[in-house]
Amino acid sequence: MKWLYDFSYLTRAIHEGLSTRFEPGTVVILEMVLVGITFMLLFALLGLVLVYAERKVSAVIQQRLGPMRVGKWGTAQTLADVIKLLLKEPLINKDADKFLFNLAPFVIMIAAFMAIAALPFAKGLHAIDFDIGILYVAAVSSLGVIGILLAGWSSNNKYSLIGAMRSGAQIISYELSVALSLLTIVVLTGSLQLSIIVESQANGWWIFKGHIPAMIAFVIFLIASTAETNRGPFDLAEAESELTAGFHTEYSGLKFAFFFLAEFANMFIVAGIGATVFLGGWMPFHIGSWEGFNAIMDFIPPIVWFFGKVGFMIFMMMWFRWTFPRLRIDQLLTLEWKYLLPINLMNIVLMAFLSLMGWHF
Amino acid sequence: MEDVITKPLESQEYFINMGPQHPSTHGVLRLVLSLDGEIIRKVEPHIGYIHRSIEKMCEHDSYQQIVHLTDRMDYLSCHINNEAVCLGVEMGLQLEVPERVKVIRTIIGELTRLSSHQLWWGVMGMDLGAITTFLYGFRDREMITDIFEETCGARLTMNYNVPGGLMFDIHPNFQKRTKDFITHFKKKLPEYDDLLSNNVIFRQRTMGIGKLSKEDTISYSVTGPSGRASGFSCDVRKHHPYSAYDKVQFKEILRTEGDCFARYQCRIDEMWESISIIEQLIDNIPEGSFKAPTKAVIKLPKGEFYQKVETARGEFGVYIISEGQKSPYRLKFRSPGFSNLSALNHMAQGCKIADLVAIMSTIDLVIPDIDR
Repeated sequence: MKWLYDFSYLTRAIHEGLSTRFEPGTVVILEMVLVGITFMLLFALLGLVLVYAERKVSAVIQQRLGPMRVGKWGTAQTLADVIKLLLKEPLINKDADKFLFNLAPFVIMIAAFMAIAALPFAKGLHAIDFDIGILYVAAVSSLGVIGILLAGWSSNNKYSLIGAMRSGAQIISYELSVALSLLTIVVLTGSLQLSIIVESQANGWWIFKGHIPAMIAFVIFLIASTAETNRGPFDLAEAESELTAGFHTEYSGLKFAFFFLAEFANMFIVAGIGATVFLGGWMPFHIGSWEGFNAIMDFIPPIVWFFGKVGFMIFMMMWFRWTFPRLRIDQLLTLEWKYLLPINLMNIVLMAFLSLMGWHF
Repeated sequence: MEDVITKPLESQEYFINMGPQHPSTHGVLRLVLSLDGEIIRKVEPHIGYIHRSIEKMCEHDSYQQIVHLTDRMDYLSCHINNEAVCLGVEMGLQLEVPERVKVIRTIIGELTRLSSHQLWWGVMGMDLGAITTFLYGFRDREMITDIFEETCGARLTMNYNVPGGLMFDIHPNFQKRTKDFITHFKKKLPEYDDLLSNNVIFRQRTMGIGKLSKEDTISYSVTGPSGRASGFSCDVRKHHPYSAYDKVQFKEILRTEGDCFARYQCRIDEMWESISIIEQLIDNIPEGSFKAPTKAVIKLPKGEFYQKVETARGEFGVYIISEGQKSPYRLKFRSPGFSNLSALNHMAQGCKIADLVAIMSTIDLVIPDIDR
């Protein structure tokens, strides 16, 4: 069972097993394929679980039961929906730019795939450990907006175009806040590498160790990342009561499912980054010198810690979505440029000061 | 094309069809928007997609039959619409209805107003992106529709009024259930404030948006809570009391801001007033008959009769021209939605698309009421 606590045992075993049978070049390709398949499976699983979770969370908030008919407690409802979407006719607008129209869902999916590859899921379970991990994640997670713009532009629908333009303005603005709030923690760790950031939280998570600036950064990250994933109260790109469905109005069937899946994948990614940077990633929760307590916490496998923290972040985002009214586009930009960004910059200066004086734990 | 070359940076207005199928037009209303980016230059409502020529149909129907056509106009205040026709016919016949009828009509009218406002509140939240409010609104509305169902068998298109009185007497449970509802709803109404009224995003989305001055309100004849939010005192219940409204104490809610939030707050406050009206009457329903005797075929004397009532949306009028036959020579409905819609262009100019949705929610349109 020791691989559950350190996945490097498992990965090393697989690597050695493959090396004995194949040429080194083939091994690299096989391992890439293996990682790719794992991520695809993770994606499919995430889609199934998160869609079900969102339905149940919204149902609890809205005093309903949610899906109850397909499977026990409606657990197979998402599967049924996937089958429905697969069987649907993919309609394309007559005057749509067909190439871009078909390309857009894939751009969004690829952006999500690229970002998820850099997340440290557990000890030793980390596909690529870039030394500029945070920069990379911030960069590729904003590639998704290209897909949204393409979708809105190529649909040849004014509603879609308005949605896409809103989304472009929104994501480019909130990118700044996401990146700056992450930088606040980078000031403390001194490294952009995600694995080092996680290691640095072995004796306490940054949200607790970093005093008030870290808390402020976490709140800003939560707001900005919700905006970056285009979820309510920042779902202006969709805004079903204004723009029918915004940028994906014209999509149906599997392509619509891709947009849908990408939204949940993006939610998982930003929650994963938040958990990694602020909440200690896969590190268990430790309190100072409470040996017994720390031992119990260590007993819970790192992967459970990671997914638990991500689940908490995702639940917060769902809670936002189902309780708040939607902002207007100018209010959205005002919030970013007039409030979040200045607060964020001051916060970084404050954090740098704290870090210089060594006042953090 | 040449314009584009010579003035490359000049923006251009474009048109967009909002409706007839659109989630926030609440029916088959078509708005042709002239947009400059996201800013609205002009809103042109195109109506008639659900026109059923109810007024023409009335010319061939007996007065009892006309009552149920009015259910299908403003379906959210159907009881009050019914009441308007019945009061008009009773005025023509110079028929004095029993006190019991008046009180029951008033109670059910106020319950209708409450249920309409609850639905409006839910939909208003949904239009602004807070989907949860919709289900909260419906949760409380369900209790009222249950009361209606027990009283007259129908939940939405009630058709409980007939010229001369009511179709049936109230159910023995009516008073108890209504009181239960009032105690329940008094606890739940503050929850509405928690969810929407006190929400920062909601306030920013509604305050100062879609302003309508008192003069404009009067010139567009915007009535109901939408008109009263601009300071136009137009409550028919107060100025021309009908049924039992002269026996109860209630405030006419007036505000002066005239923006979306004022219209919103007006309706919330009206719910409290409706609760108070029901509380005053529910224990004091006089004994007696539930219907004044009328002939099977009602023939109004030759003449013109106008009766107006206050529905949940504003002033609803019935104008009957009778030639002494069993059906009217001509019948005209003055529906509040039509007049309120006419002010939309004035309110929405210079706003954004998202504001237009908020404005439409706060003037509380019911499309079949506009088209008839």
